Amino acid sequence: MAEVSLRKVVKRYDEVEAVRGIDLDIADHEFVVLVGPSGCGKSTTLRMIAGLEDISDGDITIGGDIVNDVPPKDRDIAMVFQNYALYPHMTVAENMSFGLRLKHYPKAEIKSRVTEAARMLDITDLIDRKPKQLSGGQRQRVAMGRAIVRNPKVFLFDEPLSNLDAKLRVQMRIEIKKVHQKVRTTTVYVTHDQVEAMTLADRVVVMNHGRIEQIGAPNELYHKPATRFVASFIGSPAMNFMPCRLEDVDGRLHLRLTDRLAFPVPPARSARYQAVPRTERLLLGIRPEHIAEARPHLHPGVEPFEAVLDVTEPMGMETLVYFTLEDTPICGRVNPNAGAQDGAPLRLAVDLNNMHLLNEVTGVVL
Amino acid sequence: MSTITIDKAGPTRKVKKYGSISRDRAWALRWSYFFLVLFAIFSLTPPLYMLITSLKSSAEISAATNPWWVYHPTLENYIGLLTSNQFLRFFWNSAWVSIIVVTITMLISVPAAFALARMKFWGSATLATGVFLTYLIPDTLLFIPLFKMFVLIGDWTGIQLINRWYVLLFIYPTLTVPFCTWIMIGYFASIPKELDEAAIIDGASWFQTLTRIFIPVALPGLIAATIFAFTVSWAQFLYPLVFTTSTDQLVLPVGIITTLIKGDVFNWGQIMTGALLGAAPPLIIYAFLMDYYIAGLTAGATKG
Repeated sequence: MAEVSLRKVVKRYDEVEAVRGIDLDIADHEFVVLVGPSGCGKSTTLRMIAGLEDISDGDITIGGDIVNDVPPKDRDIAMVFQNYALYPHMTVAENMSFGLRLKHYPKAEIKSRVTEAARMLDITDLIDRKPKQLSGGQRQRVAMGRAIVRNPKVFLFDEPLSNLDAKLRVQMRIEIKKVHQKVRTTTVYVTHDQVEAMTLADRVVVMNHGRIEQIGAPNELYHKPATRFVASFIGSPAMNFMPCRLEDVDGRLHLRLTDRLAFPVPPARSARYQAVPRTERLLLGIRPEHIAEARPHLHPGVEPFEAVLDVTEPMGMETLVYFTLEDTPICGRVNPNAGAQDGAPLRLAVDLNNMHLLNEVTGVVL
Repeated sequence: MSTITIDKAGPTRKVKKYGSISRDRAWALRWSYFFLVLFAIFSLTPPLYMLITSLKSSAEISAATNPWWVYHPTLENYIGLLTSNQFLRFFWNSAWVSIIVVTITMLISVPAAFALARMKFWGSATLATGVFLTYLIPDTLLFIPLFKMFVLIGDWTGIQLINRWYVLLFIYPTLTVPFCTWIMIGYFASIPKELDEAAIIDGASWFQTLTRIFIPVALPGLIAATIFAFTVSWAQFLYPLVFTTSTDQLVLPVGIITTLIKGDVFNWGQIMTGALLGAAPPLIIYAFLMDYYIAGLTAGATKG
């Protein structure tokens, strides 16, 4: 087990900079998820930690040793690939023990490790089968088993669940979490699925355009995003953004959304936004769950408004409502019994206690 | 299904039928069988003629009877050839040359293909194309410069290779190595990249990745390449005709022609018998290796 650090790590492919100088410290036993859209450099970063890609600049350390020029086999890491990458001519047991056999471990040791890992992953019955006789989920378990038996310093997962169907993905997500709770190996996990990132990670690293946008615990990223990218990437349906500006009305700070619509800023937030120039073009960021049907008695900071719904999506436990505000599409979440109907008006309320105010130009959350 | 429902609902209504998939398939199969049978007849007629002729005596061959029927079958041609030391000599020469050439070819082309397919080094793509271009030069053009080369080598070093059967061990690989390398590049390239990455992370060296992952996974390709190399070595005619002349140095195809045709006298019975016996080893090898030629060996490695 070991900690992993990246210091100003850069990856260049000819002209293109895929990773642009990232710094990251991963503690021992930690489960860190790298998340971002395709082409953000998350997989490249993982492959550099694995040693499958050379580092153009910077340093990577595993367990305190710089491993920039250490070949993958000497880094004491194990990797699980998106397409499983099982050896097709070997049985499950042979697949799992391949690394140990190459290192000439004693037979008894190999057997006990494979048995233990198979038991942990519930694949004991499949141990003599070939990969082609397994389902996708079983193959992914074997791929994880191959990583576990090596007892490496670091686990690397490269989008391991992307090839599975939705139901199996949820199941395997829980499996991975369980395995990590048992073996406690430092884990770096790459995914483009923000739900996977939120549910698995101790800390999430959001990447975009080869840079780290924000690092934080899942709830921290959700409730305190640092940039517009993080705010819109984390959470589903995505956060709403409405153009707005600040103005003073009767000595109170107001948020002007349209000519007819303005909300007072909750007192708790006023101090933070007081210094923002009134002419600055801003964005109001509100998550869908903070736009709900208006109740008879509104809490302070919750402001009512009327909207004509374009589309409603009943989800069972809630109904998603879509409407537009000055050409900006907005999504809200209302109670299924609130009477939301396509094309009908509905009295909604926005909870400004959970608002985010962003600079429209820089995308930075104020 | 929907067609059936419509028919049941309104039996009197005429529904214009478009070509159904099963009907198209039936026609496709009929045409396939037609052409396959045609092709089988076309390619099996010469061996049949050889077999018929090999069972006839010289007198019957020259007699004006039905050439497609044997009136007095005899094994004298077979006995004559199989008891002739000369014929057995040709056979052994051919066998040795082919086995050694196949071995040399595999030892060179498998690692070469692995390097060209997987180790991205400067000029590897150009080199891969170059390997294939080498194969495109016909042996009818190559044999003159090659002959000159071996004569020069003999003059300079005193090592005489011309008119020795083992000179073929140097020459045949110029035909087999490029093609086998090309086949193996294709097979290796079809193996998912993650498979060797997984092996490398598991601690395998390049050599172990080749021997423990790539060769077993690409076994069908390896067998195809082996069959090709063997066939080329076994059936090659021009090079041995040019490079070997003494009867004890000849390989089977050249040996049969040079010893069984005496001036303008063609010993047809023995020529046909020799050719048939010569065709047996490749047939046996095909039959044996085909069992191992299992398609879809990579199934299950990845998502597929």
